[in-house]
Amino acid sequence: MQLSGNNVPPKTSSATLVDLRRGDAATLDRIDLPGEDARRLMELGFLPGARITAGHSAPGGDPRVFQVDGSEIALRRETARRLKVRLDQVRQAPGMP
Amino acid sequence: MSACSDCRDCGAASVVVFPGQAVSPKIVALAGPPNSGKTTLFNRLTGMRQKVANFPGVTVEQHTGVAELPDGRAVGIIDLPGIYSLTPQSEDEQVAHDVLTGERSDTPRPEAILLVLDSTNLGRHLMLAAPILALGLPTLIILNMADDLRNRGGHVDTHELSLQLGAPVAMVSARQGEGMGEVFEFLASAMPAPSPMELPVLHDVPKCRAWAGRIGSQASYRPPVPPKWTRRLDAVFLHPVVGPLVFAVVVVGVFQTIFTAAVPLMDGLRWLFEVTGKWVASALPDSIFRSLLVEGVWSGVGSVVVFLPQVLFLFLFIGILEDSGYLARAALIADRTMARVGLQGKSFIPLLSAYACAVPAILSTRTIENKRDRFATILIAPFMTCSARLPVYTLIIAAFLPNRPVLGPFLGARAAALLGLYLLGFLAAVVTARVLKSSILKSGHTPFMLEMPSYRWPTARSIGLRLYDRAKVFLRRAGTVILLVTVVLWIMAHLPTVNGHAPAIQNSLAGTVGRTLEPVIKPLGFNWKIGIGLITSLAARETIIGTLGAIYGMDPESQHGGLQKALQHDLTPGGAVALLVFFAFAMQCMSTVAVVRRETGGWKWPILQFTYMGVLAYAGAFLAAHLIG
Repeated sequence: MQLSGNNVPPKTSSATLVDLRRGDAATLDRIDLPGEDARRLMELGFLPGARITAGHSAPGGDPRVFQVDGSEIALRRETARRLKVRLDQVRQAPGMP
Repeated sequence: MSACSDCRDCGAASVVVFPGQAVSPKIVALAGPPNSGKTTLFNRLTGMRQKVANFPGVTVEQHTGVAELPDGRAVGIIDLPGIYSLTPQSEDEQVAHDVLTGERSDTPRPEAILLVLDSTNLGRHLMLAAPILALGLPTLIILNMADDLRNRGGHVDTHELSLQLGAPVAMVSARQGEGMGEVFEFLASAMPAPSPMELPVLHDVPKCRAWAGRIGSQASYRPPVPPKWTRRLDAVFLHPVVGPLVFAVVVVGVFQTIFTAAVPLMDGLRWLFEVTGKWVASALPDSIFRSLLVEGVWSGVGSVVVFLPQVLFLFLFIGILEDSGYLARAALIADRTMARVGLQGKSFIPLLSAYACAVPAILSTRTIENKRDRFATILIAPFMTCSARLPVYTLIIAAFLPNRPVLGPFLGARAAALLGLYLLGFLAAVVTARVLKSSILKSGHTPFMLEMPSYRWPTARSIGLRLYDRAKVFLRRAGTVILLVTVVLWIMAHLPTVNGHAPAIQNSLAGTVGRTLEPVIKPLGFNWKIGIGLITSLAARETIIGTLGAIYGMDPESQHGGLQKALQHDLTPGGAVALLVFFAFAMQCMSTVAVVRRETGGWKWPILQFTYMGVLAYAGAFLAAHLIG
């Protein structure tokens, strides 16, 4: 998990929903969960290719609300970690406009 | 049957004409995803003509009702559980699937379907239309929350959507009652089977979603702008600092109101039962019958009915929290804390409610979709210190503990002891939850997914119906189970008669049972009188006070000090602590047993729970009696 270095974008292949902070957007690549769980997530809008935006979270950052396909769905960190994403754009370093 | 029933050519004209059938449907199913406003629509259609039961053999609730058409005919409505698809993954989806395909022998197959979708989230919700239309039953597509869609700048061409889906489409706002005319029109004249232009491969979610997207754009669907107020409110309610504060205020507020605002109403009800009891007593001649009616039925049922205001207040709050959308946020905030004992955020409100009464708490676990989490919550809820334990705790503590200050003027010894008992119950619940969730109710890897609905004003109509429903359930219980237990106890205390009079209590049937029980409870420091109290408290915990009062030959209302003196004489300090511990752990509440049986769909869980809590109570009391004795 990438904890530091906001100005260095995490490697595309290893980024997951956990790496998103509030306001960040990404595109879902694949879901690393067994068939049934992946299916339920897909029914809620977490389809490969879907755009996901990270929203508010409970205190401590877990669980976090994600905006996807017109809905807001909260996922725990342990689930969000299994959703591999491509980051939409390079995040800017803190302090920069 | 009209000659046109299977002719698609005339339906393909520019005006969508669905020829009516001669016979309208008798049973119609209401289907839709969670948060589509299905329940609001169900309430709108059926009003007070509805019934709640469980589908036999499963824990899924079955809501049925009757909708009265403008011409006076009646149509039966089955409200199915909220589903995302018809691929059976959960028990809910299995039930919905089986009802719609006519595979449940206990439920007649519906002749038509009302499919409720959230028009503000049509892209995703339309996915459910594919498997529903594929069933081939006449279907009305209801695009709910039409007012929301309009106000937030969204749009959909219902005519084109209707052509694409081959089924009629109605724009409805169930909350406002808008567009209900079209729904009744559909119910009054059943349509032929739907004839959609195309359907996707049903088991392929991405293909279903792509199909829904295509249909949506054909019907020029423009999603509404995100709800402004929801964003603003979430900025407060989910704020890292303010959010938890609001949460705490809500929780304390609910808790406080249940214990304060409900009290005058409860006192009023108690007074009413006393006055009417006296009035009935004075109107009847002195007889066994009068004694049964006044001392047995009236005071027994009355002692339970007085809790009605508390139950209603609780459901008023739960109703407001749930309908407004805050409950989902509260569950989000509580999730991490609850996860530590293996539970989840949605268990929080039921457990909080259990401090008032385990019965409404267990009923409110229905918001937890994960069955194992729900069962674990049901099983630990009775450990929370309910209001029925309070009078028992107060009496025993007052009898045995002088009120010395413990923390200056803030906390006296008696309040500290009471707090300790609350803590004891809480700890038992936490430990039990951990044990259950790491053994028989282990959830495995089932991910936690919680949809955050938009905030909405709760409507008085929906809250009112909910309270009416709960009051009915509560009063029915008081009128059946509690009434029966009270009458049986009264008879046992009055038999066998001596020269036509009731026997001395130790010679009565109840007394005999108490003395038979004595060897078992002696190690806990209890005598046969406490034994009778324990038996009667199986019906409801607070009954022990009335029983002991009767046994000691005193009126508990007027001579509270007398009852305390009698207890001091009969119990050692160790025995008193043992009695408190016993009450903290034991499941002495037949109503809870009954509601657990109903909610878990059988006797297995309530029997396990009763035994577990009983063993824990006995062991705890035994330890207390010997450590303190």
